[in-house]
Amino acid sequence: MADIMMWEAIMRAHDEEMANDPMVIAMGEDIGVVGGTYKATTGLYDKYGEQRVIDTPISENGYTGLGIGASFLGVRPIIEIMSVNFAWLAMDQIFNTAAKVRYMSGGQLQAPVVIRSPGGTAHQLGSQHSARMEKVFMGIAGLRVVTPSSPRQAYGLLKSAVRCNDPVFINEHELMYNMRGDVPEDEYFHPLEGSEIAREGRDVTLFGYNISVHWCLKAAELLSKHHAIEAEVVDLFTLSPLDREGIRNSVSKTHRAVIVEEAEPAVGVGAEVMAIINEECFFELDAAPVRVSALNVPIPYNHAMEKAALPDENDVVEAVRNMFGV
Amino acid sequence: MLMKDTDKKRVLREMLFARRFEERCYEAYVERNIGGFLHLYPGEEACAFGVLEAAKPGHDYVITSYRDHIHAIKSGADPKKVMAELFAKETGVSKGRGGSMHIFDVANRFMGGYALVGGPFPLAAGIAKGIQMQGGDEICICFLGDAANNQGTFHESLNMAKIWNLPVLYVCENNLYGIGTRIDRSTAVVDQYKRVSAYNIPSAQEDGQDFDKVFTAASTAIKHVRGGKGPYFLELMTYRYRGHSMSDSNAYRAKTEERMWSDRDPVIMLRDRLMASGALTLDEYKEMDTAILDEIEDEVIRYATESPEPPVSEVERFVLADNDPWVKGGVK
Repeated sequence: MADIMMWEAIMRAHDEEMANDPMVIAMGEDIGVVGGTYKATTGLYDKYGEQRVIDTPISENGYTGLGIGASFLGVRPIIEIMSVNFAWLAMDQIFNTAAKVRYMSGGQLQAPVVIRSPGGTAHQLGSQHSARMEKVFMGIAGLRVVTPSSPRQAYGLLKSAVRCNDPVFINEHELMYNMRGDVPEDEYFHPLEGSEIAREGRDVTLFGYNISVHWCLKAAELLSKHHAIEAEVVDLFTLSPLDREGIRNSVSKTHRAVIVEEAEPAVGVGAEVMAIINEECFFELDAAPVRVSALNVPIPYNHAMEKAALPDENDVVEAVRNMFGV
Repeated sequence: MLMKDTDKKRVLREMLFARRFEERCYEAYVERNIGGFLHLYPGEEACAFGVLEAAKPGHDYVITSYRDHIHAIKSGADPKKVMAELFAKETGVSKGRGGSMHIFDVANRFMGGYALVGGPFPLAAGIAKGIQMQGGDEICICFLGDAANNQGTFHESLNMAKIWNLPVLYVCENNLYGIGTRIDRSTAVVDQYKRVSAYNIPSAQEDGQDFDKVFTAASTAIKHVRGGKGPYFLELMTYRYRGHSMSDSNAYRAKTEERMWSDRDPVIMLRDRLMASGALTLDEYKEMDTAILDEIEDEVIRYATESPEPPVSEVERFVLADNDPWVKGGVK
């Protein structure tokens, strides 16, 4: 195992996949000469050259569409969209082309692109640089959506996404690129479907993904220490398709569920997981499932207001205490 | 590049076939054998045929918008399978999943019809990027209408095609209307080829009704692109006889304007030229037309009518790849 930062894990996955297949390319704003806003493509430009490590103009819909078109011919583009807020501009090509071309061509074409982008809210970036868009992507048939919570997942998910024949959106997080964690020394491919139990527990399941996994883990420690509640934490690294079996198994064991999402509640991960719980294991429940979400507001610049708009581990603890009446 | 009269006679037959094919689609739509939106090509035939005669269909990649039946057929798609697609049949080019706006025939490198105006601009640049990486001598030809040039993708794609020297030919079929809005009411610069100069891309404007002129202009354009000199933009002035789609009453155009264009019909112009040179007689032309009508009825329509519909049980097929091993983290 190597203890590396998440940006290093992403860079390593790029490097290995580009070395493995000459048709793998990287493209995005400032990813080449500069090495990426979050350093995730550091060194690739010097190693693989400007034909394969492409600094794009600031034309999100255009370069995303270009990557998709290239993928029709067997190119495997890893497209970095510098901030998920800018991915709105590329939604036309992602939604109308990448996700639908296999279907509407009767299986003749496929768009095996990887689109990586940091979602989530960082520190005081204001309303237009703080979007959480995973709920938008996970509602698109024909698109896979994964979201890493650790360097190991970031590395292995990108490796599998490059080789998968479907378009894959990887939802990263601006605050997590410097997070450290163990990554296998040997080449490792993470499954693109499923979920992982990040902490075993028996009393309640905390569902998290990406950064909220870490809030759930902190909350679980607090609950164990102060309230003798042993929470299970399930890491939903796949947002589309959600792991129905994993959700059912954990809820059938703990009989209680809290879903923790960084995004606004409406039409989100929490709503979707609750629907799956209803459909899969309603009669296993001992309490109504609860979601911990952001407030339904654009993210404010003021630090105290920003903090108030977002959930954290304390909100998770409070939701569980309310559920147990302690 | 000069073309022999025998080749032009073949092209005339293909263009007349295209005209009759589209007219038969109109009838089939009225008969409710074709559903959804249907955008027809009559009036614009010299554009697709002039350009693709100068190209290598089946070798070069072609991509276009929703007015796509004829570009697919000229690229090599079987007209029977195109009509079967319009009839929503399993034997259709896109297995009945696509419809009129989504004709695909990837075996013939017809990379599809797309229904978002301007959507194919960056896809064409991407296909050209793929060609560049593979190192072949193919080019990508992207046919779009004039109104698509008011999308951001036009500017974004021209810019990228130029800075990366991509082998892509953009063909603008300027039929003067974006759905029902005349070009001078929607577009600051009416001559589309001039807009491309902002990206330092060579361009030309040509009479899109005249097959010979289109062929010559396209030959120049294709020589440039295939020669590794980067993108080219060719504007062809043309006119569609029918409305934007079947749901368009076409009430916004003056009859005098329509007559002015139909007097310069691309099929008739090519016919008359061949008759004037002695390569064709009127009787031959009439026989050709009759044979085409029979072929469309007896083979194309019959095939589409008799073909089975796709099994409804397969509605969830083609959403994602089948059994992709990397979904499970690869083959252990």
